[in-house]
Amino acid sequence: MLNILGPLNVDFLKIRKFMVGVSVILIVISVYSLTTKFLNLGLDFTGGTLLEVGYSQDADLAEIRTHLAEDGFEGAVVQYFGSSREVTVRLQPIENMKNEEIGNRVMDSLRDLAPDVEKRRLEFVGPSVGEELTEQGGLAMLVALICIMVYVAIRFEWKFAVGSVSALAHDVTITLGIFSLLGLEFDLTVLAALLAVIGYSLNDTIVIFDRIRENFLRMRKGSPYDVINRSLNQTISRTIITSFTTIVVLVALFLKGGELIHGFATALLIGVLIGTYSSLYVASPIALALGVCKEDLMPPEIEKEGADQEPLV
Amino acid sequence: MLSNPMAVQRPINTYPVWKYILVLMVFLLGILYALPNLYGEDPSLQISPQRDAQLTSDIENTIVSVLDDSKIAYKALERDDKAIIVRFDDTDSQLSAHFAVDRAVRDAYGNDSFTVAMNLAPAAPDWLRNLGADPMKLGLDLRGGIYFLMEVDMNTAIDKRENTFVSEFKDELREQKLRYIRPITRDPKGGIEVRFRDEEDRDEAYDFLRGRYQELTFETDDGSDSYDFRAYFNQAQLKSVRDEAVRQNITTLRNRVNQLGVAEPVIQRQGAERIVVQLPGVQDSAQAKKILSATASLEFRMVNQERDVRDAVRGRVPRNSEILNDRDGQPVLLYKDVIVTGDHIVNANSGMDENGLPQVNIVLDGKGGDKMSNSSRRNIKKLMATIFIEYKTDYIEKDGRLIAQPPRKEETVINQATIQTTLGNRFRITGIDSPREAQELAILLRAGALTAPIQIVEERTIGPSLGKENIALGMLSIQIGMVAVLAFMLVYYRIFGLVANVALVTNLVLIVAVMSLIPGATLTLPGMAGIVLTVGMAVDANVLIFERIREELRAGTPAHQAIHNGYDKALSTIADANITTLVAAIILFAVGTGPIKGFAVTLSIGILTSMFTAIMGSRAIVNLIYGGKKVKKLLI
Repeated sequence: MLNILGPLNVDFLKIRKFMVGVSVILIVISVYSLTTKFLNLGLDFTGGTLLEVGYSQDADLAEIRTHLAEDGFEGAVVQYFGSSREVTVRLQPIENMKNEEIGNRVMDSLRDLAPDVEKRRLEFVGPSVGEELTEQGGLAMLVALICIMVYVAIRFEWKFAVGSVSALAHDVTITLGIFSLLGLEFDLTVLAALLAVIGYSLNDTIVIFDRIRENFLRMRKGSPYDVINRSLNQTISRTIITSFTTIVVLVALFLKGGELIHGFATALLIGVLIGTYSSLYVASPIALALGVCKEDLMPPEIEKEGADQEPLV
Repeated sequence: MLSNPMAVQRPINTYPVWKYILVLMVFLLGILYALPNLYGEDPSLQISPQRDAQLTSDIENTIVSVLDDSKIAYKALERDDKAIIVRFDDTDSQLSAHFAVDRAVRDAYGNDSFTVAMNLAPAAPDWLRNLGADPMKLGLDLRGGIYFLMEVDMNTAIDKRENTFVSEFKDELREQKLRYIRPITRDPKGGIEVRFRDEEDRDEAYDFLRGRYQELTFETDDGSDSYDFRAYFNQAQLKSVRDEAVRQNITTLRNRVNQLGVAEPVIQRQGAERIVVQLPGVQDSAQAKKILSATASLEFRMVNQERDVRDAVRGRVPRNSEILNDRDGQPVLLYKDVIVTGDHIVNANSGMDENGLPQVNIVLDGKGGDKMSNSSRRNIKKLMATIFIEYKTDYIEKDGRLIAQPPRKEETVINQATIQTTLGNRFRITGIDSPREAQELAILLRAGALTAPIQIVEERTIGPSLGKENIALGMLSIQIGMVAVLAFMLVYYRIFGLVANVALVTNLVLIVAVMSLIPGATLTLPGMAGIVLTVGMAVDANVLIFERIREELRAGTPAHQAIHNGYDKALSTIADANITTLVAAIILFAVGTGPIKGFAVTLSIGILTSMFTAIMGSRAIVNLIYGGKKVKKLLI
């Protein structure tokens, strides 16, 4: 039997106070950064125009900028995108110009400079659409958290629900905080990644909670502290293996998935790491602190007859 | 204890035969429906009929002969009720064939009978296609193309309608000789305000107008020194104005997209006042915008019946007239003077007259009504024509590429009717051949009027090379991630790892099969990321089970019992964990747009198929390997 982690008996919860301190510090830093710097919001949310073009040889950004400025696009942000042959041009809405035409006009201007330039991607988002997306995004987060809380409360118990949702809020806040601190661009795909993080982190938490419930019912003696510790020990190898395989594929996406998917992979990588940590040190300690005990988890139905028979699947 | 007499006592870790068959069937079906994706697509031309045109063997012959004449090799030609599809080996022959076929079809059948569009047709063999097995539909980010989100400008639409009501009220009250305080004004908070000196006048006008204008809500609203009423759109009426405006715009857009020669355009309503337009394969967004936002217009003009059309066609056109063709290509001699333009049309509906014959009801605004009544009074028993004006684009071939020409104005006579009496702002056209024609005329009249302008609020254009790159990058990440996970599982869980790997590969096949089967599902770049993520997460269920089995073994449970308990105990955990992830995915689907929806779709499908493969599929294999045998030691 090849084992990364054999049968363990570690007192995970011993350092929980320290870990709570770490989490609180991380959250404070994240919230501080989010309130002062906010996020580097992408085109999806701010509105504006983005043009991605390809050149047959290395492009000279300074030359492109000067040329665009001469044609009346002073505010254009010109950057390399992935390689020095691919360039993106970003523009905020311009007054006295039909905004949906900006992209095509910039393209015409770039063609004047280099006739062989190829249009790879053009995105235009009107300001009203951007605002709506921001609203919808926030709403999606909130609705997801509430639905999950309700499900966990029904399936388990409210103390677990509070524990798991706190863990999710913790993951989302810190992932957003890191995006804010590093100034990484936050677009629609990153928002999707955050929702996937919620799903993933919850997956981890539920697996542990499931074991805690089982152990509460099975272990006659033992304090909640012991039961939770035992459950963490029993699930730790699964937690690590699943996180490992997920991180492996995410690294593949991060390195090879291309520029468009980069932010998505980054958010998921950060989120999966934090999510794994939070199911150990946020969700369970909170349930413990709220005083979860054996009586909370007595199943509503009586033990089934013939439990030793073959299951359905 | 009562026991079920039907329950067969089965040896541990064996499945009844039907379960093996079920797993096998699902697996085989998965392979069958995933298969078309391996064949790729042929560059092709799609010739589809417009309006009443029929696909006959005649047009098929035209296409074949033009291809033969131009010496363009093609792979196959297929005809069904909806379209003729011609397949080619490469995009070069597709491109030159497009030009040749398009021109030949226009020459032979006129401009509006057929659209010739370039397309990609699935290259799977016939027997697969007959089973309904088609490849996955690719999103615009993988295929290249244009996405527009358009918004109907309701403020302008309401503004226009209210202005019309102001002048109509004026006319109606004057005709009925009802006294009111001039002028009729528009209320800044919406609606039209009419004021009267005494209550009696007000009530009379109120009752009269309320009976005639069902589309408005009337309410008395007395001022300090006058008796007033206010007429406005209430929420439900506003909604119907908005729905009508969106529907009308969708019809107009559909007509115009047909001109672009796009094979599978998507035009659909999104939310209250938005329209999504997706044009796969179209690159020139400037051109697309020009055509989509070009305003069609409409004119009513008198037919010149003094002269013979045939004379005019021969060259003797009077200076005050010109020749335009009707929809069947017949020439009509018209006076150049325009009676009323489409701007004055407020509404047009098709319906039935007293005798059950089809008719079109037209409502003009006040100004238009005045002009119409002046002109019609002088021209009773004469023919009036309706002219539809559109801007169309031609393509010319240059250096092997199709270049769009500046839009060309095209005027068509869509209707001629004899004026029976003096026409006001509400009149009708009768003598129409069929209800369908009446409907079409009404749509064209409304299209020409364009009561609510539209505006592009979002655009995403993806070039074809970027689309191909995205596919390649997505595939590469799936492969790398897959190989890494497969290798790890094999090393770590040995025989059981192998079982998990079979389940994982099956899962991938099933995701592709389900994606290909669901009509609305499209694969996008985030969707591919969703598949990669599923690969990483799908092993979770097996990891849970295997870790349980190991635990049981460590506790000294015999091998068979350990397998049994492992699957049994992990089941509820797996279900709980997956359902919660599914909740997140569904919410993502509900609020997301475009590519994000694609991600949510693949993630949800992945969760469902992985539960099947990881639990039932892997169990079936484990049972086949170990079931009914004596096992001392498990390779796990």
